[in-house]
Amino acid sequence: MAILFALLIGVLTTTGVYLSLRAQTFPVVMGLTLLSYAVNLFLFGTGRLASNAAAVIEPHATYADPLPQALVLTAIVIAFAMTAFVIVLALKTRAELGSDHVDGRADEPAPATEPHKKTPC
Amino acid sequence: MLSPEFTQNMALQLLALPVFLPILSAITLIALHRAGIQIQRIISGASVSILLICVVYLLASGAGDTAEVYPMGDWPAPFGIVWVYDRLSGLMLLLTALLGGVSFLYAIATDEDKKGAHFHALFQAQLFGLNGAFLTGDVFNLFVFFEVLLLASYGLMLHGGGAARSRAGLHYIVINLIGSTIFLFAVGALYGVLGTLNLADLAVKISQAPASTYGLIAAASFLLFVVFAIKAAAFPLYLWLPGTYAETSAPVAALFAIMTKVGLYAMLRVHGTLFNELTAPMALINLIDPWMLLLGLLTLIMATFGVLAAINVRRQVAYLVLASVGTLMIALGINTQAALTGGLYYWIHTTLMTAGFFLLAGQIVRTRGDQIGETHPPMPQAILAGSLFLAYAIGLAGLPPLTGFFGKTMILFAALANPLWVPIYATVLISSVLMVVALARSGSALFYRVEHAPAAVKSAPINTRLSWAAVSIPLGLVVLMVIASKPITHWLTQTSIQIHDTPRYIQRVLHPTPTAPGAGFAPHPLHDTKVAH
Repeated sequence: MAILFALLIGVLTTTGVYLSLRAQTFPVVMGLTLLSYAVNLFLFGTGRLASNAAAVIEPHATYADPLPQALVLTAIVIAFAMTAFVIVLALKTRAELGSDHVDGRADEPAPATEPHKKTPC
Repeated sequence: MLSPEFTQNMALQLLALPVFLPILSAITLIALHRAGIQIQRIISGASVSILLICVVYLLASGAGDTAEVYPMGDWPAPFGIVWVYDRLSGLMLLLTALLGGVSFLYAIATDEDKKGAHFHALFQAQLFGLNGAFLTGDVFNLFVFFEVLLLASYGLMLHGGGAARSRAGLHYIVINLIGSTIFLFAVGALYGVLGTLNLADLAVKISQAPASTYGLIAAASFLLFVVFAIKAAAFPLYLWLPGTYAETSAPVAALFAIMTKVGLYAMLRVHGTLFNELTAPMALINLIDPWMLLLGLLTLIMATFGVLAAINVRRQVAYLVLASVGTLMIALGINTQAALTGGLYYWIHTTLMTAGFFLLAGQIVRTRGDQIGETHPPMPQAILAGSLFLAYAIGLAGLPPLTGFFGKTMILFAALANPLWVPIYATVLISSVLMVVALARSGSALFYRVEHAPAAVKSAPINTRLSWAAVSIPLGLVVLMVIASKPITHWLTQTSIQIHDTPRYIQRVLHPTPTAPGAGFAPHPLHDTKVAH
């Protein structure tokens, strides 16, 4: 389970880093979201993965560490608010600059003139 | 007469005020957002004034001479969240309150707060985040307050709108969101290895950590360094700063003069406490100091090029902020007590001066226009503006008789003990000369190259006297600093001794009384891998 968990965090982080380095705002927002998912899982994992462990402390019982769960909850709330904010800002820059490029550059020549070229996602 | 115990107790209770007062005002302001700008200004102004009085009282009462601990909800230190107030926190709170006051005055004098809704609510939320970050004694809480101050700063930065502002804002926000993610990775790694997030407790746990965990701890420490370097705008991660500071409104840029210092404060607080030479194991001491010094030098070089190349006033001031970050990182990287004292002196100076210079740049932009190279009709009150420009330029380039000179001298004296003293001297001195040249050039272009066609004034300031007062206050404070140099340096020496004294910090936070309640709690079994103490 630990290896699967680690791989999952790794894949999410890699995808997140790749997407947040893209030049359009939408992939950047997606990348930031994936990065925040990765870090939430990572925080959750810092309490160590345990099966069949109680969430609440009882005497002499093995229990799951409750603190990372509280940290994850806080991180989720903050990441949620930040994602909402950055989406609104991305829409605002798209409207004001007339382009969804992160530097607000004018759009590249339309893909219709170069049909073989892949549209950047 | 008040008894000393009462004063001490009062000071402890006052610790809650710098955090709670701004957030209560922010909530009130949001609730009253239909009540009109005058009521909002009264509430916001009252909040800033009370904050300033409270912070000055805290400093004057000497409460921070030994670190004061305020346990939230009376939970003892490693379990509850504590606020720790020491001299460094007190100094940062004072700077925040001063900048808050000056920016507030300038914002109401120029009606900047009328350009959009919720300026004052965001302003108070910003003060809440800053004060919380300076008072907290817990790494996760530091993250939360970073987020609070960043979210408020996003709103303030975009306040007033405009395409250029939105574009710069997008860069600022995306890089800071990535920084927040890295912060969480670092916090998670520290918690996973050490099982605690309280700064004092982390320092204890690091001293007891088995050698096999050193790699992870070092990795987490470097991740934290990257996060704080983003906030401080250190060399490879500074590209967001000039655009953000140059595009936002003048009072917001002045308040943001403290934002880069938040990153530096966090380095000093977190790395200084956790990897202190008195407590941390040999392998973990001074991990980031060489990096700090090197990146500080590079930041200063790049900032100097920026000051030379800037084509408008606000961008030039933004690069001056960057130059001060470079100089401060050099001082923190040398990391001797003398360097820290000089660094803190320069710290106060540069925070006040850059804030004042941003307001002055705002005045110039309002009455003349931003571009240095263009020719404009002479601005109204050119003599006043020109004199202030001269004073600010002297201060920020580091010429006598203002504080920049004394701060740089102290840092350079301390650098003599460092093996890298030759590059430090060369960089600091040559950059100072180049900054003098650049500021002299822009000063003469702004004030002497004028066309004599009588033209309409661009947009006259609405409350001229108040706005000029706001521009002059930081300069006045810096002049006071020159006059009171000796007591201030003495106080800062005590402060830097206190910063290096981690054992005392741990003792104050974890064992406030001889019989600490909660000493009987066992750590979580999964984390109980340490040697019994």
